[in-house]
Amino acid sequence: MGKTLFDKVWDAHVVSEIEGGPSVLYIDRHLIHEVTSPQAFAGLDARGISVFRPEKTVATPDHNVPTIDQHLPIKDVLSKTQVETLAKNTEKHGVRHYGLNHPYQGVVHVVGPELGLTLPGMTIVCGDSHTATHGAFGSVAFGIGTSEVEMVLSTQCILQPKPKRMKINVDGELGKGVTAKDIILYIISKISASGGTGYFIEYTGSAFTNLSMEGRMTVCNMSIEMGARGGLIAPDEVTFEYIKGREFAPKGKEWDKLLAYWKTLKTDEDAVFDMELNYDAADIEPMITYGTNPGMGVGISGSIPTLESVEPATRVTFEKSLKYMNFEAGSAMLGKAIDYVFVGSCTNGRIEDLRAFANFVKGKQKADNVVAWIVPGSKQVEKQAIEEGIDKVLTKAGFELRQPGCSACLAMNDDKIPEGLYSVATSNRNFEGRQGPGSRTLLASPLTAAAAALTGKITDPRTLL
Amino acid sequence: MSIQKFTTIKTSCVPLPVENVDTDQIIPARFLKATTRDGFGKNLFRDWRYDKQNQPVTDFVLNNPTYSGSVLVAGKNFGSGSSREHAAWAIEDYGFRVVVSSFFADIFKNNALNNGVLPVQVSAEFLQKIFDAIKNDAKAKVEVNLEKQTITLVATGESENFEINPYKKECLLNGYDDIDYLLRNKDKIEAYEQNREINL
Ligand code: SF4
Repeated sequence: MGKTLFDKVWDAHVVSEIEGGPSVLYIDRHLIHEVTSPQAFAGLDARGISVFRPEKTVATPDHNVPTIDQHLPIKDVLSKTQVETLAKNTEKHGVRHYGLNHPYQGVVHVVGPELGLTLPGMTIVCGDSHTATHGAFGSVAFGIGTSEVEMVLSTQCILQPKPKRMKINVDGELGKGVTAKDIILYIISKISASGGTGYFIEYTGSAFTNLSMEGRMTVCNMSIEMGARGGLIAPDEVTFEYIKGREFAPKGKEWDKLLAYWKTLKTDEDAVFDMELNYDAADIEPMITYGTNPGMGVGISGSIPTLESVEPATRVTFEKSLKYMNFEAGSAMLGKAIDYVFVGSCTNGRIEDLRAFANFVKGKQKADNVVAWIVPGSKQVEKQAIEEGIDKVLTKAGFELRQPGCSACLAMNDDKIPEGLYSVATSNRNFEGRQGPGSRTLLASPLTAAAAALTGKITDPRTLL
Repeated sequence: MSIQKFTTIKTSCVPLPVENVDTDQIIPARFLKATTRDGFGKNLFRDWRYDKQNQPVTDFVLNNPTYSGSVLVAGKNFGSGSSREHAAWAIEDYGFRVVVSSFFADIFKNNALNNGVLPVQVSAEFLQKIFDAIKNDAKAKVEVNLEKQTITLVATGESENFEINPYKKECLLNGYDDIDYLLRNKDKIEAYEQNREINL
């Protein structure tokens, strides 16, 4: 029987298997940030051991960093300590570190791909669930806890049970104004926030192969929002073209050798998945969420489900969620007033996202009642945005480009949405309080965010294109 | 850094009949700024437990003295969202040894086990039975036996088996952790590195 892409990559990294237990899985690339690594380094120190393969780990601070005045010392004492602890730990252990103000700093999942640190066929982990992003390159990438970060630092391996395989196929052409973000929000709305638990997903079909690498990253990024360990897409010419020439990408003979290998990384025709789902790209419209998990989404012209249409077992949770959002069951999404717009994060904080947003708002004006935070995913993205004049387009339309970091995606820094206010966000989670205590988040694409920023309410971006 | 050994516990429970309890609820991001593992329990379920003035929300279950015990019983899809191990640390630090639900998010399950907290996955029916039992008697006890992999409602004797990976079970029964295991196997890891054809 043939193998799936996931099996090929996973199996190539199994060092050994424990009877009735997990596999010892070798890790090619380990990304770390300031929040989930300090306790792991402390664990190493307590055991009196050093990092086993320091060259395979790369560090950058992102979760805590301010997105203005990054040249000044961080004001929040705890954040400052965490960021400094990362610098100290990585220095002590000889781990590459792109600190604040370094030209390579940024959200860890934006930095990996843009520097060519993320390659097809790799196993990639990070103490962060959105590590799934890197699956866009045909790698097995997933988030781990801090104990596992410590395992990777000390042995370059973790113990993992092998997930089951799921295939999600979407064929067809996307409509005007429908983006990668809408595809993934659509899928999650269909299979729920837990529908992928226990699985590793392979995305197949023309809707994905037609996407740019950045679009593919947006899709794979949110695999975790349906509970899946991760999601990947088979590498193709688009992938190779993207990687070629990047800072740490292989060069010369090494490139040729790896390219030949990467071309073998696809699912065999007779391989079997544990679950297969099929959707039609033509059915997808711009999506928006109305509730407090990413599965609670609808097409923008749609309405929030009525209580009766929700499964009885889920009604309590559904009602709790709508109460938090202060939305009525059955009400239409279009026209709902909003207060904030957040464009950024490892889901939609890359250059194409900023470009799409800027093109959309070009020559128009931000609505007066909206506060907008446009946050590049990395220093490189920020630099490119300035080179392309995106910052000027934004300024003219009443927006401003901030400095890179996770920002309001999880509101660990000062970028918090005030209690009770509504935020249309291009990030990935709409949990209660995710963007600050009491904040109300509606997840959407950069285009839908742009339409909301211009009109001050939920607006179908297709009407403004 | 071995974990606390787990054998059998018999205790009353704390019921939280909410589905999709995500890691941002278990421990909100603004409390992740520590560089040690200690003290997360005081912020467990922070935004459900305290209001904006930092006053305890009286009808939240952790503030209700009627309920106590080292088993947390929650609705399905517990621990979804982020990979933050701080969620498991908060639960452990608060004093829970077991979380019962009809469904757990994968990463949370690993994180819990790595910290000596046992995730017990039961059927939706059995979960409802536990909630009902607690409704009838706030002090209703359950017994969780890891060796036999059973959870039992003490009053009625109703019982269900739960699954756990045999390796993880050994670890928990003996207080071993994964890092010890991996460190003992470094020669295998080095051999793997040397024998790789494609080195990424
Ligand atoms: S941008 Fe958001 S989701 Fe991505 S790594 Fe940062 S906090 Fe996590």
